[in-house]
Amino acid sequence: MNRPQNNRAWLGVLPVLLIVAFSAVIPLMTVVNYSVQDIFDVNTRLFVGFDWYRETLRDPRFLDALLRQLGFSALVLAIELPLGILVARAIPREGRWVGLILVLLAIPLLIPWNVVGTIWQLFARPDIGLFGQLVNGLGIEFNYTAEPLHAWVTLIMMDVWHWTSLVALLAFSGLTAIPAACYQAAVMDGAGSWQVFRHVELPRLTAVLVIAVLLRLMDSFMIYTEPFVLTGGGPGNSTTFLSQYLTSMAVGQFDLGPAAAFSVLYFLAVLLLCWLFYTSVIASDGERG
Amino acid sequence: MRGASSKMAIWVLGLYGLYLAAPVYWLLRLALQSNQAILSGERDFTLANFAEIFSNPVWYQGFANSLTYVAINTVISVSVALPAAYAFSRYRFLGDRHLFFWLLSNRMAPPAVFLLPFFQLYSAVGLFDTPLAVALAHCLFTVPLSVWILEGFMSAVPRSLDEMARIDGHSLPYFFFRIFLPTIRGGIGVTVFFCFMFSWVELLLARTLTGSEAKPIVVVMTRTVSASGIDWGVLAAAGVLTILPGLAVVWFVRRHLVKGFALGRVS
Repeated sequence: MNRPQNNRAWLGVLPVLLIVAFSAVIPLMTVVNYSVQDIFDVNTRLFVGFDWYRETLRDPRFLDALLRQLGFSALVLAIELPLGILVARAIPREGRWVGLILVLLAIPLLIPWNVVGTIWQLFARPDIGLFGQLVNGLGIEFNYTAEPLHAWVTLIMMDVWHWTSLVALLAFSGLTAIPAACYQAAVMDGAGSWQVFRHVELPRLTAVLVIAVLLRLMDSFMIYTEPFVLTGGGPGNSTTFLSQYLTSMAVGQFDLGPAAAFSVLYFLAVLLLCWLFYTSVIASDGERG
Repeated sequence: MRGASSKMAIWVLGLYGLYLAAPVYWLLRLALQSNQAILSGERDFTLANFAEIFSNPVWYQGFANSLTYVAINTVISVSVALPAAYAFSRYRFLGDRHLFFWLLSNRMAPPAVFLLPFFQLYSAVGLFDTPLAVALAHCLFTVPLSVWILEGFMSAVPRSLDEMARIDGHSLPYFFFRIFLPTIRGGIGVTVFFCFMFSWVELLLARTLTGSEAKPIVVVMTRTVSASGIDWGVLAAAGVLTILPGLAVVWFVRRHLVKGFALGRVS
């Protein structure tokens, strides 16, 4: 579709730019500014160049948190993506149940993130939680506040509970856009359910799945509230992810310079991951023709 | 493909539904029990936890504060995103592609990154501890998202509608408000849904930008530890109440939900 050239359209974009300047550009510039200075108080500052960056990249706690973060994001994506597609394929395309199923699916997405943490805390605690009691009843001593492995299992289950719906709803909206004729042709060729999925549905879902992976990738990489409520980053540091470490640095210790350098590296890491994923998808699309 | 696999589909939906429902069922059950009963494993039934929330100003003020900043945020986001989305969907202009992607890249910024500067910026302009501060801070992710969603819905409206209005002699503002906006009201509903979704659920920025005056419900909830330990019953009851606004919003836009999740790009 050809859109006419009209530079007055900038006027329409102006309010958005003002808001974003206030809520993103100025704060981001402040962070970059802090990251190259050693700040003692408002009037005593020292330019230190990239010292804070070097220090952050050598900080073993930063590197550990980064590794945990990568592992967490990879795990939740590996579970949520196939599970979401499976659920989306199971939803009937029409009928009176569709609306109800979609509304029920969307509920976890609308619960405040700290409440998600609280819900799973209440559900998984070995003393008062249904899940904790059940697992203990099976003879496994389950305690997510003491065992790192149990904490991870609980966190992953919580994230899957919280976010698989997003993947499912995205995939479902993609599925409903596939014309019935494509299915009829496949059925006439005698294709089974897997083949229908592989050759009819998956190629047409690429666009929505790219959105799903991007959203889950960046959001899981920023996760803070749910682990903060559920495990507080523990036991030990075993569930301390990047946002939590950064928050403890910035608010807890008020180390402006190092926290700012950390922030810049963190933002760049998210951008880099999304860019890598996006370009690799576009590249493989190009090869297929 | 329906017949053979429909049995399996019911199993998948049933099991997944159980997985979704079990923690919520447990929350509801604990909310209706006294704290002593929860800790001792007995069963009782009481509405005292809800009564506590509705009679304690710290709790109901928290709810009011949260709803206030979510509402302000939604109004700001939608009203600035509408003209921008229209510009992106209808015109080419200098740097439009770059601008669009740069806007979206703000969605990738971790909120934790903005803790320090937000605190100082909003203190400097005297907005600290007001609902407006949280509303503006949440614009960081709701505005780019709103532009993106609305642009998708607007681009699905054929341009001939614009031209017909011009031939009929309607001015741009008249066309925009009286013809165009009613056409994409589904998209506006979905945008409201997403703004609500990301502003209502957020804790980190809301906690950093508020003190005692504008303290949101999510922050009140993380500080329910009293001298006698955590009151699990009241915590669960507050959790139940925070789910209700979300339910209301999702029910309101349920017909547009599918299209909305494809961000308007699937017809």
